Amino acid sequence: MVELVQLLFAGLTTGAVYALVALGFTLIFQASEVVNFAQGEFVMLGGMVTVFAMKAGLPLPLAALLAVLVAVATGLLLHRLAIEPAKGATVVTLIIVTIGASILIRGLAQIVFDKQFHALPAFTGDEPIRLLGAAILPQSLWVLGGAAAIVLGLWLFMERTLLGKAVRATAANRLAAELVGIDTRVVLALAFAVSAAIGAVGGILVTPITLTSYAVGTLLALKGFAAAMLGGIGNPVGAVVGGLLLGLLESFAAGWISSTYKDGVAFLVILLVLFALPQGLLGRRAVERV
Amino acid sequence: MPPPEPLLEVRGLRCGYGRIEAVKGVDLEVREGEIAALVGANGAGKTTLLRAISGVLPIRAGSIRFAGEPIEGLRPHERVAHGIVQVPEGRQLFAPLSVEDNLRLGAFRRGRERTEANLARVFALFPQLAERRDVPAGALSGGQQQMCAIGRALMAGPRLLLLDEPSMGLAPTLVEQILATVARLRGEGVTVLLVEQNAVAALSLADRGWVLETGRIAHAGSGRALLDDPAVKAAYLGL
Ligand SMILES: Nc1ncnc2c1ncn2[C@@H]1O[C@H](COP(=O)(O)OP(=O)(O)O)[C@@H](O)[C@H]1O
Ligand SMILES: [Mg+2]
Repeated sequence: MVELVQLLFAGLTTGAVYALVALGFTLIFQASEVVNFAQGEFVMLGGMVTVFAMKAGLPLPLAALLAVLVAVATGLLLHRLAIEPAKGATVVTLIIVTIGASILIRGLAQIVFDKQFHALPAFTGDEPIRLLGAAILPQSLWVLGGAAAIVLGLWLFMERTLLGKAVRATAANRLAAELVGIDTRVVLALAFAVSAAIGAVGGILVTPITLTSYAVGTLLALKGFAAAMLGGIGNPVGAVVGGLLLGLLESFAAGWISSTYKDGVAFLVILLVLFALPQGLLGRRAVERV
Repeated sequence: MPPPEPLLEVRGLRCGYGRIEAVKGVDLEVREGEIAALVGANGAGKTTLLRAISGVLPIRAGSIRFAGEPIEGLRPHERVAHGIVQVPEGRQLFAPLSVEDNLRLGAFRRGRERTEANLARVFALFPQLAERRDVPAGALSGGQQQMCAIGRALMAGPRLLLLDEPSMGLAPTLVEQILATVARLRGEGVTVLLVEQNAVAALSLADRGWVLETGRIAHAGSGRALLDDPAVKAAYLGL
């Protein structure tokens, strides 16, 4: 029982980060059909910029804010310099463009920062909280709470604001969006900016638990992609469900089988989804949108 | 008195897709307050021409002036802001969004007060939409979808309304209703460029018209004159 609760919380915590990465994938994919493999780099930037800004003497809240701004600027540059000029290119070309961009961002991060692993202090101490006999890190609650707040905020934005509805309208029918006077280029830039911010916040929240380095983005992008596929790519609810599920699968695979196989779970999920469930658990749209 | 400057003036327009040139040098002008009709067979290039006027398809040659100003350089959303609003072929609603959201998005470039006033006006024009305002637009019947598409365009407060085959796929009574709405809009000061395969209905309503044939204007004149033209009659009106 104790072990179960422990694994459950560990799984939900990493799963929440995967969910945020998957949500970032989904947002950009919906607005543009671009699968952005640079999504993990935003998470990396969130953690790394915060670490180095704190080393430079900034307090955590300011360092975190700076990290989000750097990630957003990176997202906007990525859109402006790599995605916008490649407008009309095939899906595969665009994927290669985003992979190239992620390699570039990682390379720059290695030069600007370093190749070491870094930690952040936990936001509210390291004293574990006892729950049903298990020891839960307070930072886990920050990750879960932060992810929940982001999901809720994004939902409110998409459902309740005219700008959010314009994003959904662009996703539903780009031509019609242009004909009602929505600047779809701005919508896409907005999607990149919001995705970057979401990824960065995920990185900031989780770094006290997992550590970070210039290279963590690659694996995160892959796992976020697996989560998005599992949930059904293009579906925000699916992204969250897929992320949490993948985190749980990894946690239980590590706890009950061996931690050696932890990272293999995501690959297994990608393969299984591709073969058995190409639309994902909650997906159905891919074919519908001609 | 010299005739006023046309609201829309298209000169020598050429555009197309890849190696296909779908519009091969078209001239036309629409005056303020008119209903103008562009008719022609399937594939003649009518939709392509409207896409170019709205700016969602780049032009290869020629010019487009609106209210005296060249607009070729404007992006689609800027043309909407100038008052050029299109109801595209096949409705193109935002299917997962509610009817009301579709309409409100039509007023994306408008202020809040204008939006509320226009919404009331559209619901008065199409009471069926008011009843179904919370339903996803994709769940509407064909006729209601067309109403929603026209309503969405009216939300933008158009000076020039481009209508691409509004009667397509509708039952005759609905076609009449839609065309009556078009006539009514003219009364409210909206200029209309109506594209139709249903040539008799469109030309009967129109002050002026053109017959487009494989990307070129084959006949031009008042709606009445085109209806009476033996060549047009034989080829397009099935009379
Ligand atoms: N997206 C497209 N890509 C390539 N060719 C197209 C496209 N849309 C239309 N066409 C071609 O352009 C020509 C004119 O089409 P269109 O403007 O749709 O005609 P209409 O609206 O009069 O039926 C046709 O030959 C059609 O096949
Ligand atoms: Mg057409």
